Amino acid sequence: MGVGLTEYLTVAAVVFAIGFVGVLVRKNTLVIYMCLELMLVASTIAFVAFSRFNGTMEGNVFVFFILTVAAAEVAVGLAIIVALFRRRQTVQVEELNALKN
Amino acid sequence: MADILFHLFAFLTIGSSVAVVYNHNAVNSALAFLVGLIGVSGLFVLLDSFLLAVLMVLVYAGAVVALFLFIIMLLDMQGGERKPFSKATAVAALIGAALLTVCTMTLIRKFGGLETAEMGSILPVGANLKHYADLLFTTYLLPVQVVGFLLLIAMLGVIVLSKKFAGLEDVK
Repeated sequence: MGVGLTEYLTVAAVVFAIGFVGVLVRKNTLVIYMCLELMLVASTIAFVAFSRFNGTMEGNVFVFFILTVAAAEVAVGLAIIVALFRRRQTVQVEELNALKN
Repeated sequence: MADILFHLFAFLTIGSSVAVVYNHNAVNSALAFLVGLIGVSGLFVLLDSFLLAVLMVLVYAGAVVALFLFIIMLLDMQGGERKPFSKATAVAALIGAALLTVCTMTLIRKFGGLETAEMGSILPVGANLKHYADLLFTTYLLPVQVVGFLLLIAMLGVIVLSKKFAGLEDVK
């Protein structure tokens, strides 16, 4: 028995979980953003694996759109982070507490 | 051979994902993310999606990680002196993620039917460029247009966000 769908899905689930942990624990906004990207990449692994083992194209095409949306998201998100840094001189989440209290 | 390569790339992907979360230095995190993307595109090659593997390297490794590194160096936060995370949150998040993984895997095993055929017996449709073009220009023509519009709006948004506005008081 070679490597099947379950193995690929396990890799995707583990990478997604690691990205999830990163979003929860890290304090640097840029690294949190990188972990978000990690979660997106994990979902693409699952899409491509399902598509391959189903013999269909839809998953592969959907990964196209995920890639595009991720690129747009990174551009806008990093612009927001730079604007935030210009205003507050920090990107650490524990210091960005203007909405607290 | 493919099994060995799968384990190699899976180990590379998971190991560098852990490194992204664990590294104290943001530049190291970005470079670990880069290595992880190489692993993911290796997995795509094993799944016969050659175009997506190339796109992954071009778009993610070429554009996204380069942008991340550029911003990290622009904001000049090599980090190091402050702790990247506190222990209590780390433990809580680990437990949460472990639960998430276990739930996913239980669902996968329970609603099984994951006894799929061997990879060799299924036609690798993703390996053929013609199939992408066929779908993108017929069935998914409207989403392609919408995504193009989204990119335009993102570009406009970045320009507006990067502009300096006079008379905008600080929140603090």
